[in-house]
Amino acid sequence: MGMTITEKILADHCGEKIVKPGQLINAKVDIALGNDITAPLAIKEVRKLGIKEVFDKDRVVLVPDHFTPNKDIKSAEQVKMLRDFAIEYGLTNYFEVGQMGVEHALLPEKGIVLPGDVVIGADSHTCTYGALGAFSTGSGSTDLAAAMILGEVWLKVPASLKFVFSGKLNKWVSGKDLILYVIGMIGVDGALYKAMEFCGEVIKNMNMSNRMTMCNMAIEAGGKNGIIEPDDITEEYVKHRAKREYKFYKSDADAVYEKIYNVNVSEIEPLVALPHLPENVKPVSQVNNIKIDQVVIGSCTNGRLEDMAEAAAVLKGRKVAKNVRCIIIPATQEIWKESMKRGYFDIFIDAGAAISTPTCGPCLGGHMGILAKGERAIATTNRNFVGRMGDVESEVYLSNPAVAAASAITGKITHPDEL
Amino acid sequence: MKYTGKCWKFRADVNTDEIIPARYLNVSDPAELAKYCMQDIDKDFVKKIEKGDIIVADKNFGCGSSREHAPLCIKAAGISCVIAKSFARIFYRNAINIGLPILECEEAVDNIKEGDKVEVDFTAGLIKNLTTGKQFKAEPFPPFMQELINAGGLMEYVKTKKLRA
Repeated sequence: MGMTITEKILADHCGEKIVKPGQLINAKVDIALGNDITAPLAIKEVRKLGIKEVFDKDRVVLVPDHFTPNKDIKSAEQVKMLRDFAIEYGLTNYFEVGQMGVEHALLPEKGIVLPGDVVIGADSHTCTYGALGAFSTGSGSTDLAAAMILGEVWLKVPASLKFVFSGKLNKWVSGKDLILYVIGMIGVDGALYKAMEFCGEVIKNMNMSNRMTMCNMAIEAGGKNGIIEPDDITEEYVKHRAKREYKFYKSDADAVYEKIYNVNVSEIEPLVALPHLPENVKPVSQVNNIKIDQVVIGSCTNGRLEDMAEAAAVLKGRKVAKNVRCIIIPATQEIWKESMKRGYFDIFIDAGAAISTPTCGPCLGGHMGILAKGERAIATTNRNFVGRMGDVESEVYLSNPAVAAASAITGKITHPDEL
Repeated sequence: MKYTGKCWKFRADVNTDEIIPARYLNVSDPAELAKYCMQDIDKDFVKKIEKGDIIVADKNFGCGSSREHAPLCIKAAGISCVIAKSFARIFYRNAINIGLPILECEEAVDNIKEGDKVEVDFTAGLIKNLTTGKQFKAEPFPPFMQELINAGGLMEYVKTKKLRA
């Protein structure tokens, strides 16, 4: 009996020929990641044990991206813990403001995470790297501490769900819409503890940016990891970035899936997830007259260059509606620079949008765009939970960058074709 | 290990932003975090509860972010145990790793009302509703997790392993 890509990667990382869903393994970790919210707890644990070195200085990665540039004194103290630790333990991959980016956009861009890796990150959206054909999953701070010390993590091999996408993508429909569609279909716990493997002709023709968006939100269906088989598009993306060897794994033809879902994308139009769960998905055309106060275009879900391009295409020559704040956050310095070079910033600024330095900021209600009581935002982020972007009585709607940009122009949730 | 306490009931899909909003995550001290436990789903929760009380929730408790601050603040607030129909994966792991007792039991959740007094025998996985007299058996804990718990949590396990090396 064959294995899925997830099972193959895990088997290779625990020295077994075969692993099966439900099996407990101790896997070798290629990259262990923490940020300014989660790493302080892990660092405290490492120091408490009196451990003086991490398992590999090149493979423990710290990215202060949530409350940075430091939003207040307490945040500054948290980030300082990371910086001090990185210096003392000689970490290669600590990214300071000015060189950093939103972690899940930054690590693939820098070639730090690669196909075939096992990645453990103390951030739930660590599942993003499945887009490269890696096994990558979010964990807590104690798991991170253990991984930083031992370079190992205990895992239960997840059963796999297969999502096969066929058909022709409609205009303005992107990876964000496909993953929202899936979450709407199976619910926020529809893939609880499971691997979500995305495949089919639509995925084969999809760029890396959209693949990352899809794997990024696997956690929003409760998934352990999202994953896509690496191919020529993956190779093109990683070959100039990788500084170490990587390996392409593929699912066997007779691999076992707990369930297979077939999705015809021709039937999908741009979608919006209504408050307060990512599963509350509706086509934009059915969301009528929802006025918005703020638009956020960015985050680990949709802050990459292709997302900036999509926003620019919609905003070009147009103006953000009166009394609407449109905040655009390119996810890394490289994306920032390239967006600037391509003239997107002229388009954004002429439209009346604000451009921020890379940060997770408003996505989690941290800073750089918090909502007041009764306010409403449409965002290209990943969660629309109660109070996620500010006051408990504020609301977040999730969409792709084109819909968010179109909504900024009209001041209400809008299909880009309506402009 | 046995815990007895009054139950506080919550709906399905309680997420980690509701358990501990991100605006409080600029610190990592459990006692400080405990002040804001469950604030965005019940702003008076911390004022109402007594030490040893139990949270009883529907499916997918703790979904969302990987923040370990969520189980930490529940534990530090004095909650002895969380019973739910199911837990989100990362919350489940984190609870085990930091030593917050959790149990999955659909039947118990359906048969416990807010305010009921409940006794939990964690080792045996038995949940007894002292108000109604009904008893329920929780999903048994997977053996590998019991091993971790017996070692005293994940960091104790790491310490042992590191010492051996």
